[in-house]
Parts: sequence; C-alpha cells; structure tokens
Amino acid sequence: MKENLLESGVRSSEDRGVLQYAPTHDTRLGTQTRVALTGNDAVALAFKQVDPDVAAVYPITPQTELMHKFADYVSNGEVHTELMLVESEHSAMSASIGASAAGARTITATSSQGLALMWEMLYIAASYRLPIVMVDVNRALSGPLNIHCDHSDTMGCRDTGLIQLFSENSQEAYDNTIQAFRIAEHPDVQLPVMVTLDGFIISHTVEALKVFDDEVVKAFVGEYEPLRSLLDTDNPITMGPLDLPNYYFEHKRQQVEAMERSRKVISTVGNEFEKISGRKYGFFEPYKLDDAELAIVLLGSTAGTAKDAVDLLREEGIKAGLLKLRVFRPFPGRQIIKALANVRAVGIFDRSISFGLEGGPLFNEVRSFAFESNFKMASFIYGLGGRDINVAQIRDVFLTLKEIKDTGRTDIPVQYIGLRE
Amino acid sequence: MTKTKTHPTINKAELPTWCELSGAVISAPGSSTCIETGTWRTYMPIRDAEKCIQCMRCWIYCPDSAIIVEDGKVVGIDYEHCKGCGICAKECTPKDKAIVMKEEIK
Ligand code: SF4
Ligand code: SF4
Repeated sequence: MKENLLESGVRSSEDRGVLQYAPTHDTRLGTQTRVALTGNDAVALAFKQVDPDVAAVYPITPQTELMHKFADYVSNGEVHTELMLVESEHSAMSASIGASAAGARTITATSSQGLALMWEMLYIAASYRLPIVMVDVNRALSGPLNIHCDHSDTMGCRDTGLIQLFSENSQEAYDNTIQAFRIAEHPDVQLPVMVTLDGFIISHTVEALKVFDDEVVKAFVGEYEPLRSLLDTDNPITMGPLDLPNYYFEHKRQQVEAMERSRKVISTVGNEFEKISGRKYGFFEPYKLDDAELAIVLLGSTAGTAKDAVDLLREEGIKAGLLKLRVFRPFPGRQIIKALANVRAVGIFDRSISFGLEGGPLFNEVRSFAFESNFKMASFIYGLGGRDINVAQIRDVFLTLKEIKDTGRTDIPVQYIGLRE
Repeated sequence: MTKTKTHPTINKAELPTWCELSGAVISAPGSSTCIETGTWRTYMPIRDAEKCIQCMRCWIYCPDSAIIVEDGKVVGIDYEHCKGCGICAKECTPKDKAIVMKEEIK
C-alpha cells in the first residue's frame, strides 16, 4: 500500500479508479481505490483506517454489521483498538466517556432505541467536551416497533450538544466519518460528533465509492493528542464533578461557544478534505439552486431521489432546485436562507415528526431563520418507519410548490407524502 | 493524627467567567476545600471544651472533616465547612453533650 503514497501531483494507476490529489495540510498525498461497499462496511473501513484507541459497542439493527465488520478488523489484528463489548448502549456511551476522558481516541455506533438509551450520557459527553466520534445508523424509534429508516432518533437528540453530520450515500458516510475526528478533536471544538447514515437505504446497500489507502487517512486525522487526560498523573484533574448554580450556567455557555467555533472548523476540515479527495464538503450541497424558483430542503439519502426529480422538472421547463443539508448541528440557518434568497417557494422535507408542533424539526428550524425572506414555505413529512419515497412523489411536491408560488398561498397545511389517506 | 489545615476562603468575585472554562474539569487538586459548605448551615454545633472527654467520635463521624484536631485532640469546629448536619452532636459521647446544635440566625 505504501508505494501508492504519492509524492506530488496527479497520478493514475491501472488497477485503481480515478485519482484526484492535491497537497493537504499535512502535505500527505494519497491514492484512492474505487470499491463496492455497504454504508456500514464503508464506515467500518474508515474506523479501521483511523485505528482508534477504544471502541465501546452494543449491537442494534441496522448498525450491527458496522461494528461486526469493525470487530473483524480487531480480531484480525488490523487495528490496535481495545474493543469493549458492553451490556447496553447506555454503557457503550458511558464507557466511551470514560475512555475519552482518559485520553483515548474513542468511537461508538448505534441506532434508534440504542441512541435513545444513550440519551443522558450524550449530554454528559458533550458537556465534558469529549471528542468521541459516534455513528448513528438512522432508524425509526419505537413504538410501534420498527427497524427501518427515519430520522426520529437523530432529531430526538438534536439538543444534546453533539455536532450532527448527515450523509447522502456510502461515500459521504465514509468521508464524514474521517472528517468527524478532525472536527471533534480540534482544540476550539472538543465536542462529540455524530455521523448519520440512513438505515438499510445506505447501511445495507452496496454502492461504489472511493476509499483512501490507510496511510492517507492516518495522515489526515493525525496522531491523537488529547488536550487533557485523567491518566495524566503529572497534571491531575477531576472531570465532571457536581456543578452547582455558581458554575453550571457558565459551563453551558462555553458549550454554546464550542458549537459556534465548530462552524469554522467544519469548513476548514471540509476544505482540507477536498484537497485530498476532490470531493467538496460544506454545510450543505446546493443542487441546481442558482436560478431555481422552487426548491426543497432535506437531509440524507433522499437527496439522490430528489436530484433525479429536479432533473426531470428541469426537462419539463420548471426551475427546480435542491438544498441538501449536511450539517444539522451547528445549524447553518443564515447560510440556508442566503442560498434560498432567489427562490419563490420552498418545501422542507422531514423524515421525523415533532408532535404538537406544526411541521417537522427541519421545517421549523429553517422557518425560524426565514422571517426576513421572501419565499413561501411548506412542510412535508415523509418516509417514516422506512416508507419509500420516489421521484414521482417529489415531482408532485414541486407541483404543489409551483401552486404556492403562483397563488402566494401561505396556508398550506403539513403534507404527508405517501400516507394512505 | 492529621492536623486540619486552615482552609483558604473562596472569593465569589474570583469565580472564573465562562470564557475561562473548558469542559467540566477541575484542574486544581484538593480545591474542594475552597468551597464553603458552611454557607448551607441553619443549625450550628456549639462545643463545650469543659464537657469534652476527647473520645474523637465527632471527628470520626463528621462527613465534612469539619472537626479541627491538633496534636490528637479536638480543639474546635471549622465553621467554613461545617454544614450543620448535627451528626457530631448526636454522636457526642457524654450524657451531658459536649456538642449541642443551636439555630443560626444569619
Ligand atoms: S454539624 Fe455536621 S458538619 Fe458540622 S461539625 Fe458536626 S458533624 Fe461536622
Ligand atoms: S464527640 Fe463530644 S466528647 Fe467526643 S471528642 Fe467530640 S466533642 Fe468531645
């Protein structure tokens, strides 16, 4: 593998796919191989290439195969990671907190109920400023019991203080996972980062993606040097003591600051990642948005379907566009509104529900920044519990948006795509 | 026997601002002695040295190490840290208690 580390410029190799290289911040340049992997395997490979110190895991569908694959790497001696097989997800996050506090580069992964069971520990990981990298393979929350994709699990913990990155496909899940370490561990950030990928749709679907040689990933994430460690006996610290009224408020305020500072770091890491990969990563991806009159905003794998719908409508002469959000926390509200400045009607897609609140979480968050914008908005709930969504349905949404644009209506109730009515 | 240290008092004006914090970390070992748990007290233990038989039970039972001991002898109570729980008074050996709790008007 090492001979494929390139010293400079663009090179190609017969047995490898298209190569795109440019110098990185750490001046390492590397090859990429085109491979076919499921989303779970792609993330497991990213974890293997980072070779973290500790992984604390508990199986849950559809995440199970991810850590199953990573356990293979551990058993085969391909990583030095201490794999802790704990008795629940609450313990997985608790063990991750302990390991990260001790100064170990720490990972975990879960889905749905597992994430719900981690809940109280997520707040603790964030408030202790521990740069744990965790993957959530999106799955509906019970009940009723359902193992398929929606975003209820991630949305439920949007206020825990974790950075949240969404992925459209296996490539993005792989790329986001690698970038997550740099974001989490940056001295200005020091927060846990959650990378999400849609359950089954990404996690279990084999897709072609480009992966780096191990050395390239290792050079990109660098050696982990914890800012502080409970095992550093020369500099003894106490982490997470009782925080009485005279300190708690200040601790919350500095978490706000860390989240704000992460914005710059997410951009910088995205730019540096582009240099080694040729793939662009910002807070969101605009698709045919420049001259769009109608647009939809969404998260995750449905972006692929939506791009096809946009293409179809463009052929029909309708100026459709898409804004695929990648970073949900910190929420890039002002940038989203700026990107939609020339759009007349916007449909916000939510793969989760906020009961008692009109429209889904994404709709309401975008709307909270839209008070000075000129466009009309409508909320579309879709895909709950793995309900399929197709190009024709998204095309229908655009036709609804066209009606909103033409009539100026603002009283469109929340729409449920693909629901039997 | 250990000699109780004189504790530094905490100056509320010197508490760090949020900008000076990073994570829920205490980087100064032993700094809990700076926390005046004595501010919680509503009843204060009053010790009568005349009645004291130096059994040390108050020192053993005090949950806040607020019984001051010098040269193996109880010499007083550290009111900066005594939270007024009354355990010392309850455990005090003599029938005619050497420690009694008295309501504290602040
Ligand atoms: S009242 Fe409680 S805290 Fe105070 S000296 Fe007695 S035992 Fe210790
Ligand atoms: S318990 Fe009472 S008698 Fe015993 S040492 Fe303390 S004050 Fe003196």
